[in-house]
Amino acid sequence: MTPGRLAALALLAALAAAPFVPMAGMRQYVLHVTIQIFIWSFIGGAWSLMGRFGLVSLGHGAFLGLGAYAATLLWNFYGLTPWVGGLVAVALTVGFALVVAYPCSRFRILGHYFALVTLAVGEVVRLLIIAERDWTGGSLGLTLRPARTDASLLAIQYADKRVFYYASLVVWLLGLWVWTLLDRSMARAAMEAIGEDETAAASVGIHVTRFKLGITALSAALTALGGVLYAQYFTYVNPDTLAGIGVSLRIVFAVVLGGMYSLLGPTVGTALTIALSEYLRVIFGVKFIGMAETIYGLLLVLFIIFLPSGIYGSARGLLRRRRTLEASATA
Amino acid sequence: MLTVEGLTKRFGGFIALGGVSFEVREGEILGLIGPNGSGKTTAFNCISGALTPTAGTITFRGEDITRLTPDAVCHRGIARTFQIPRPFRKLPILENVAVAAHYGAARPTTEAEARQHAREVLTLVGLPTDPHASPALLGAGGLKKLELARALATHPRLLLADESLGGLDLAEMASAADMLRRVRGELGVTIVWVEHIMATLMRVVDRVVVLDHGEKIAEGKPLEVAEDPKVVEAYLGEKIVLA
Repeated sequence: MTPGRLAALALLAALAAAPFVPMAGMRQYVLHVTIQIFIWSFIGGAWSLMGRFGLVSLGHGAFLGLGAYAATLLWNFYGLTPWVGGLVAVALTVGFALVVAYPCSRFRILGHYFALVTLAVGEVVRLLIIAERDWTGGSLGLTLRPARTDASLLAIQYADKRVFYYASLVVWLLGLWVWTLLDRSMARAAMEAIGEDETAAASVGIHVTRFKLGITALSAALTALGGVLYAQYFTYVNPDTLAGIGVSLRIVFAVVLGGMYSLLGPTVGTALTIALSEYLRVIFGVKFIGMAETIYGLLLVLFIIFLPSGIYGSARGLLRRRRTLEASATA
Repeated sequence: MLTVEGLTKRFGGFIALGGVSFEVREGEILGLIGPNGSGKTTAFNCISGALTPTAGTITFRGEDITRLTPDAVCHRGIARTFQIPRPFRKLPILENVAVAAHYGAARPTTEAEARQHAREVLTLVGLPTDPHASPALLGAGGLKKLELARALATHPRLLLADESLGGLDLAEMASAADMLRRVRGELGVTIVWVEHIMATLMRVVDRVVVLDHGEKIAEGKPLEVAEDPKVVEAYLGEKIVLA
């Protein structure tokens, strides 16, 4: 067994045991922060499936919001269990993603233009949610209708945070698994080829549109799933926290910070941004509103300039280089 | 094998190709020559599906492929190289070729088969098969080879080679010409070779089609074409040396 694998197993064991470690009254808070890290890391990972191939979307909030709202509305109005409602929400989001992605691919909307189109799409979804206030609750948001009991498997509502802790852990692992599967497949090479040069990729038989739609559908599906999970955990959805520019950029920022080309980059970035925002919240309280965002923005600029592969990506690169150097020195 | 009839491509008011017709016979090496801007690369782009012709038809092995997308054309058995090599720089050399072998073949292959085939093709053209070797290590000649390897990995019956040996030294030009001969000989691939420096090409090809300003001005054996006054004029009196 390699040291890396051992470390991964140890980390998993620690994560699995964490909810039962005595934390002197801090447990609820720690669990709450960790659950958020899992959910947002999963969403960041879903984003990076597109981002790493040059499909930089600034509108993933659209997928997130659609997923969260669709599942919530289906439960609130029709009493449809989120197990089914979540699936419907994911399917709906994938359909929506394809409607956006097809013309983008067909008319070769790439790079900055793609980013702008997605930015607009994210905003459109946010504004739609606000405009349809009769059933979405508008900008006040929407509370998930409570189940009759404290713990309901059917409604996926639990007062005990530990349930959501494990659920989000599993979903986070699912995201890592999907990432790894894709990373090891030839499809990754095809996507890299498309990201670099569509004409050359098509000339060797790669169906450019099919691949782009495929990766967009996958990314949107996982993002929507993250949205459903978010809604179930917080039991409250709001257009500003789940759709639009703000949340879309937050996802991108976390991933860029951690590193969008590596498996754990999005997780590291998300953990850092959430830790940072919690820290700033404690430090500044309500005194300097917007301070956290300012520090975020500053960091983002610094990172894009000095560490384009992110904290995790750069650290891993450094480690690898050192290891190859050592290997060549001993050889 | 490939029949091009009345191929026309207009870009706005500019006529890049004004109704060009020619035929490629199975097993030959056909030279497609002409001065800069004569429409050679445009013809390639139309045949390979990268551009949709304004008018005309392209038939390959009895099938009309005029409006097929590039990936579909590739699956029919037509591969192309680009004048300026366009490697996938983020992928290792082996993966550059393996991805072409995997997705370019008409029938589905496993990833292991694709990598194996990629190694064979890389060996044929004389590039390293080491899974970590990056295209960044290659010079102009090496990138040309990679371009060729990637095209050959798709199991083509017809290779559209946009060679333009301009960037290469004499030894590299000779070996590139030699390589195309081997591709035809060992793999049985029919070749259309685009080039505007004629000397190297004329020694290798069986027949020549000459384009000038989007029109075909001559066609025939290299020796006949080289003496054709229209061809001599198109090349502004440039002497065509046949060694």
